[in-house]
Amino acid sequence: MKTAIARLLGTTMLGLAAGAAAAQEELNALVWCDHTDPKLIEPFEEEHGVTVNLREYEGTGAALALLEQSRPGDWDVLVIDGIDVFRAVEAGILAPLPEDELPEADFFPEVVMKENNSADGVTYAVTEKFGYNTISYNAEAVDPADMQDLSTVWSDKYEGRITIYDYYLPVMGLAALASGIDTADITADDLETIGGVMSDMRANAASVAGVVAAQTALATGEVDIVVGGGEWLTAVLQEEQPELTWTIPDEGAVRWSQSIGVLADSEKPDLALEFVKYIVSPEGQARLATSSCFWGMPANMKAGEHLTDAQKEVLRWDAQETYLANTQLYPAPDTDLDIEMQDLWLETLQQ
Amino acid sequence: MSARADSLKGWGFAAPALLWTTAFFVVPFVVMAAMSLATLDGRTLIWGLHADNYLELAEERYLWRAVLVSLEITATVTVVSVVLAYPLAWIIAFRVPARWQRLALLLAILPFWTSYVVRSYAWLLVLAREGVVNQTLMTLGIVAEPVTLANTRIATVTGFVHFFVMLLTLTIYANLVQLSPNYRRAAMDLGANAFQTFRHVILPLTLPGIATGAFLTFVLCIGDYITPQILGGNTELTVPQVIMVQLGRRADFPLASALAIVLMALVTLAYLACARWLRIDRL
Repeated sequence: MKTAIARLLGTTMLGLAAGAAAAQEELNALVWCDHTDPKLIEPFEEEHGVTVNLREYEGTGAALALLEQSRPGDWDVLVIDGIDVFRAVEAGILAPLPEDELPEADFFPEVVMKENNSADGVTYAVTEKFGYNTISYNAEAVDPADMQDLSTVWSDKYEGRITIYDYYLPVMGLAALASGIDTADITADDLETIGGVMSDMRANAASVAGVVAAQTALATGEVDIVVGGGEWLTAVLQEEQPELTWTIPDEGAVRWSQSIGVLADSEKPDLALEFVKYIVSPEGQARLATSSCFWGMPANMKAGEHLTDAQKEVLRWDAQETYLANTQLYPAPDTDLDIEMQDLWLETLQQ
Repeated sequence: MSARADSLKGWGFAAPALLWTTAFFVVPFVVMAAMSLATLDGRTLIWGLHADNYLELAEERYLWRAVLVSLEITATVTVVSVVLAYPLAWIIAFRVPARWQRLALLLAILPFWTSYVVRSYAWLLVLAREGVVNQTLMTLGIVAEPVTLANTRIATVTGFVHFFVMLLTLTIYANLVQLSPNYRRAAMDLGANAFQTFRHVILPLTLPGIATGAFLTFVLCIGDYITPQILGGNTELTVPQVIMVQLGRRADFPLASALAIVLMALVTLAYLACARWLRIDRL
């Protein structure tokens, strides 16, 4: 009898524990891989007593398709390419954000990007991180002076020693800059010129590689230059291979940015907003900037107070003013131009 | 009544498989076929009977070139894998003592135990300029400078062959061990030498095993995204890679579906070829 009661009590206790666990609030976020670092997420979970479920995606199209196929309320937070916020706004999937609760006054002014993150005066997303698609290289294998001139970088002097980052927008942005075309001014008429530059680039490249493959190629000496690379590519390799570095050429480079917003269908908008506020807070920004997946500059300047000198050196904190002045946001084409640019990219790869 | 009961029982046994196939193959296939005939207006999906995607496939050089590249790589991988796997299966079946055959098969499939992605990256390192292959070639004085192997079609084919030789070894071995030794003895008795016995007796009898393995190799190879993406270095694009690009940023599901239908058509043709000439349908 005692055993039976003990079992009943045990079962009840287990049931209650399971119920309590199930009752713990959950937040579902569709993110880039840098948000999956536990050192970024755990402090928020502990502070709010919630579980944050994260799902990585690649490509805005894939994210929008996933959201379309999900039930309303499945997702609460979206991290999205800064140039694609307008696509999410057009699709009606982002909720307005209370501007007065966002610390944008502490941001690097160039990355607030109101024109990208808002529509008709309503803010839908906030920049959380940025960096550069530029030239990464092995300083022991190439002449650093050559890396300041884009036409020399992908000239036949370095034939077979180059890999191109496998994303057409930043690479075509670099090709545009090399041709004297501002990334914001690219039109269909410019594609012939840009295509010519990319053909030269492609002819001298050993490969066109994604993040891991490009890092591997640079780290193993398979190539000495990554066109489209930057701090996000070499920062995690810096400690073991300090000779792997990056620069912004004299012609300039392109800048990437990522934004974060709350989904309009979220059933936990308050918690989702708290998560966004945590991510753009100085502490969250410092953790996001040095995520184990990839490093990048935090949008919030106050994150500097939570970064070590060594971390700031890797991020080149003190050079940001110059870099921001010498870089342009990577191209944000409309649908028709986007199709033409992607076709040109694939055509170039198949050459 | 009994016949009807038997019939019902038969449907009862077949029902789970039929339901499964309908839910996870037929329905998705119909949706994909319908999607391939839809079109995108900006970012709006327009359903209908549009041939735009198939016309684009015919007109855009990079698209039909992707089909050609996929076919070339798949054909090369299939042939090379068969040529390498057959002797290996033969040795295991006829030269390795029976008690060691299990161990030999285990060793043959050992690479299956590692992750496909990890294995591809491992090959990337092996074939790199500073990798084992180049170091060996240079140490032996065969080449003075490192040879470009990684990020080429050679690398893609190597990665595929490493995987599919294991698969083919298993299917051919299974076929070889089923052959009665009397076939060989009879051929020898009739005056055939070892080569003639192999050419006219053993090889024809093992064609089903080869065809099965070759067909599986074809299907798995032509639809693979990982190996060409990691090892090929995007120096040329296969159909699955182009599909991924269409989906990644633009979510162009109609064009991606049309490409997937083309892939399925190629696989169907391969099956029909096997069924027609190699009688795979009898297996």
